[in-house]
Amino acid sequence: MNETKYMNPYLAGFFLGLILLVTIFITGRGLGASGAVKSGVVAAVQVVTPAHTADTKFYKEYSEEHPGNPLKNWLVFEIIGVVIGAFISGLISNRLKLELEHSPKSTTKIRIAGALVGGALFGFGAQLGRGCTSGAALSGMAVLSTGGLITMMAIFGGAYAFAYFFRKMWI
Amino acid sequence: MGPLVPEVIGNELNFIVALFVGIAFGFILEQAGFSTSKKLVGLFYGYDFTVLRVFFTAGLVAMIGVIAFDHWGLLDISLVYINPTFLWSALVGGLIMGLGFVVGGFCPGTSVCAAAIGKIDAMIFVAASFLGVFLFAEGYPLFENLYKAAPWGNVRVFDSLGMSQSLFAFLLTVVAVGAFWAVTLIENKVNGKSNPEFNSKPLYYGLTGLALIIALSAFALPERRQSLLSEVNDSRFVNGYALEAMDCDELAFDIMDKDKNLQIIDLRSQKDFNALSLPNSTRINLENLFEKDAHKLLTIKHKKNVFIADDEMLEKKAAVLASELGYSEIYYLKGGLKQFRNDILNFQQPGTASNQHERDTYRFRTNAAQVLPMLIQEYKLKMTASGSQQTKAKRVVGGC
Repeated sequence: MNETKYMNPYLAGFFLGLILLVTIFITGRGLGASGAVKSGVVAAVQVVTPAHTADTKFYKEYSEEHPGNPLKNWLVFEIIGVVIGAFISGLISNRLKLELEHSPKSTTKIRIAGALVGGALFGFGAQLGRGCTSGAALSGMAVLSTGGLITMMAIFGGAYAFAYFFRKMWI
Repeated sequence: MGPLVPEVIGNELNFIVALFVGIAFGFILEQAGFSTSKKLVGLFYGYDFTVLRVFFTAGLVAMIGVIAFDHWGLLDISLVYINPTFLWSALVGGLIMGLGFVVGGFCPGTSVCAAAIGKIDAMIFVAASFLGVFLFAEGYPLFENLYKAAPWGNVRVFDSLGMSQSLFAFLLTVVAVGAFWAVTLIENKVNGKSNPEFNSKPLYYGLTGLALIIALSAFALPERRQSLLSEVNDSRFVNGYALEAMDCDELAFDIMDKDKNLQIIDLRSQKDFNALSLPNSTRINLENLFEKDAHKLLTIKHKKNVFIADDEMLEKKAAVLASELGYSEIYYLKGGLKQFRNDILNFQQPGTASNQHERDTYRFRTNAAQVLPMLIQEYKLKMTASGSQQTKAKRVVGGC
């Protein structure tokens, strides 16, 4: 069976915009992703070394801002939803397939290294920038937050600036 | 009035909302093709601009929706999470994320999406992003200064740039539509195609025209707060507005009668309010009238809402605003609190009454001048004893 074609990007963007608008109307906050990773990290560190979370500044500030179980967090539930939603979409469009995707000109090893380094950089940067492409850039644009738009321009500007040096990985 | 959380939708139910929002979010991201790094990085090498099209369209739709909801009074923007601005961390964090994007081929949301349909590279990216957050957490003292530098607060971009919200929304839409045209040309050039999409020119001109009309509609939706506030600053407009007045005797009578339907809304400063406030009154200022708290207060059924202030003009302004915002049973106190003090609280009989009506009025006022201060004192003691303070709805805490 062939994969179904992707949705028209403008239509997909329109739906995504509506989802974001409804989310803001109902909950007063936008979408996000990296925040769920943060909750996961805090929860994991709490389980492994509870003493460490009690005397390290980052975790202390986190639990002041988010009292209670770090996994009982809006974004954690949202990200569970993303996994389900993407899976359903993949299922109905015949795109469920366990594979490591890389450019024909690149190798599996390079792709793994790239994903590792890139993921770590993104996770780190999203903490520093208080949100990622979803939480800071997209949701920030919806409410016209100055910080959100600066982050958005820095993400895409940075990616363009660095793209040349990593072109062998992709094209 | 939105946001519906926490009153209409409780905090527990909000988690279920989050789950469904996530399902829709993940579904659309995957349908748009964000579940493959090839499509995502195409943006940076010019062969596939899907990301830009989806992202900008979504941002514009949500932005114009938020502006419209705010304009129509459906959403109290002062309660919505506005990502706080910390200039340097936003810039440096953004650049690091940009590097991560082009090296890793994903961003956090899209990596989760791609991992869900079986992309192993995405699973590695997700795992590594945990590591990145962990490194930030452990090294936090090193980055704290940068993280907290230049805090500008919850500022909005049109304020930072000193332009109106409508103008910014319009310009952003024009930039986006221009980008949609330009990237199609670039994409076709990079992929060595002629421009087949431009064969259906009428359709594309039509769509562009539609987008620009929507962009122009931003000007039809000025910030309601600004336009209404400037309207009520025009005293001729306010004086020409049909408003219902309540006179001092009637207000005094209702207070003494302990009328349950009477709701006094005090527009004075907190200091004046603390010094002397009428029983069961609530303090609010003109700006607060746009907020959700005022909405709750003014939509309680069977209430007579009386605006009071020292100056009658301020009362009238508030009454006009409230009427324009669609609230009913709105009154202003005739002559303001100045006259109320004169005629009621500090009543001095000006001489012998010349007719029955004056005699009754004087008798009532003499009585009120004795009873009301006691009621005020009694209420004040009750409030200090219970320590009750006005609770104010807080801005939602969001973000990543």
